[in-house]
Amino acid sequence: MSRLRHWLENPWGTPRWLRLTTIVYLVWSIVPLLIAIRFSFNEGRSRSTAQGWSTRWYWGTPGSVWEDPDLLGSLRQSLKLAFIAVVVTVPLGAALALGVTRWRSRAAGAARTVSLIPLITPEIVMGVSLLLVFANLLTFIPFGTPAQAIGHITFSITFVMIIVRGRLLSIGAEIEQAAQDLGATPLQAVRMALLPMLVPALIASAIMVFAISMDDFVVSAFLSSGSGTDTVPVRIYSNARGAPTPALNALASLTLAITLVIAVVAFALWQVARRRGGQSGTGVEELAA
Amino acid sequence: MLCVAFGYVDPILGIPRPVWNPLQWDGGAFSFVLDGLFSRGGSFQRVFLRTIAYVFVAIALSLAIAYPVAYYVARFGGRWKGLLLAGLVAPFFISYLMRMLAWINLLQDEGWVNTALRRVGLVDQPVNWLDGRASSVVIGLVYGYVPFMILPLYAFLDRIDAALIEAARDLGASPFQAFRMVTLPLSIPAILSGVVIIALPMFGDYYTPDLLSGSPNTSMIGNQINLYIRGGQQVPVGAALVIVLMAFLTLLMSWYLVATARAQRALEVPE
Repeated sequence: MSRLRHWLENPWGTPRWLRLTTIVYLVWSIVPLLIAIRFSFNEGRSRSTAQGWSTRWYWGTPGSVWEDPDLLGSLRQSLKLAFIAVVVTVPLGAALALGVTRWRSRAAGAARTVSLIPLITPEIVMGVSLLLVFANLLTFIPFGTPAQAIGHITFSITFVMIIVRGRLLSIGAEIEQAAQDLGATPLQAVRMALLPMLVPALIASAIMVFAISMDDFVVSAFLSSGSGTDTVPVRIYSNARGAPTPALNALASLTLAITLVIAVVAFALWQVARRRGGQSGTGVEELAA
Repeated sequence: MLCVAFGYVDPILGIPRPVWNPLQWDGGAFSFVLDGLFSRGGSFQRVFLRTIAYVFVAIALSLAIAYPVAYYVARFGGRWKGLLLAGLVAPFFISYLMRMLAWINLLQDEGWVNTALRRVGLVDQPVNWLDGRASSVVIGLVYGYVPFMILPLYAFLDRIDAALIEAARDLGASPFQAFRMVTLPLSIPAILSGVVIIALPMFGDYYTPDLLSGSPNTSMIGNQINLYIRGGQQVPVGAALVIVLMAFLTLLMSWYLVATARAQRALEVPE
């Protein structure tokens, strides 16, 4: 025991207990997921004991992800919403960021503050508010995909705005002014001078929006119109405490794999775009900051 | 462009309105909630206090985990930094519900947690982890939200000038003293923002207690809101609860702003 204490109290160099804490944390954060993925390949029905290996919960047998319309439908719904959210939110958020950054007036400051509100609003407040808006005010928008898509756009636009605005502030207004001095119209200045420099920020925003939309549970659940428009998290929530089979784990693992693959591809694109734009530094650090 | 942009912000601005109007017409729901909240032993009072207790414990545990990890990666990450950061960022790309599902697998009666505990000899009978236990809910909350606390802490600790710490060491401080007198005071704003970043979603959480306990004994304020809003007839009660929650969170935010301003001022004027 005292030898262990002695080893931990290493007076030179890195405090070892810090390293130990970090390693234990990383193991703790990742191992449960690996175990959940392992159970998705279970031969038997159990989700808590290892019973051989098979892919029968992914496809091929009744009740597998591929054969169960509810499970497959939720995956399709999640991807559909994430796709709509990315396609709509990134341009809209970039435009909003451009507006509040370049437009000098008191209203711009107010707009900036208002657009940050979703960031500090708990999801359930967001979900309830949207639910009441669609139920009482905007009754012409039906629940299900339209309402869910608008919900996802509403809360993810803030992140696009923050990322793009950060980049806009570091670029400064001089580039557009130079372009206009050289005879470009304001629109041309944005399109030909500013937009290429914003590409890395736009890709980063797209990754963010995709991840947030895939992850979202509360808004999707509140605005769903029935089991046909349930997303993967909603499906997990409603099946997890019943008598689920490893197919639920398979669905979760599949979603995880898709999200990670798309995130990694987009991340690679982002680094290429950055290198082309002449920005240095390793990517992860800046994304984290 | 701006028109499109502002057309978009508007729904967010308009959100309180449909909640407000019915309440002004009929204060019944609101007073029902206030009654449950402030009268002795009222039903909402219990839930609210329980929520605060869970969130408080979960935040304390999260901080105990997040600070050392962020500190280690920021100061001693070295050539492993990229990999460590990828490990810290990864949970952002993994659905919260998936991570809860993983714990449901582990905590089942025949799950690996019980098996491990029995093998070590800590318990003889399998523990019903998923049957209304506060500890399971708190563990779930910590597991779910810790990554969101680590990243802001890391971003901040990474920016602390190592020369300051070295100077403290040169002046004769022990490593612990240097940490207590230099690093810790410098990082108070980061700790505050980390706390707020995870406190806000925790107060609105209802799926973690639902999934990891499912019992009314551990229901949080979010569960009550979900119950009333989705339950059908008593939407105004749910809406009133949302307003109470928002009022509480506004208080929390103003405390945060005041505390951050004070911490900044303390840093700017050296004694």
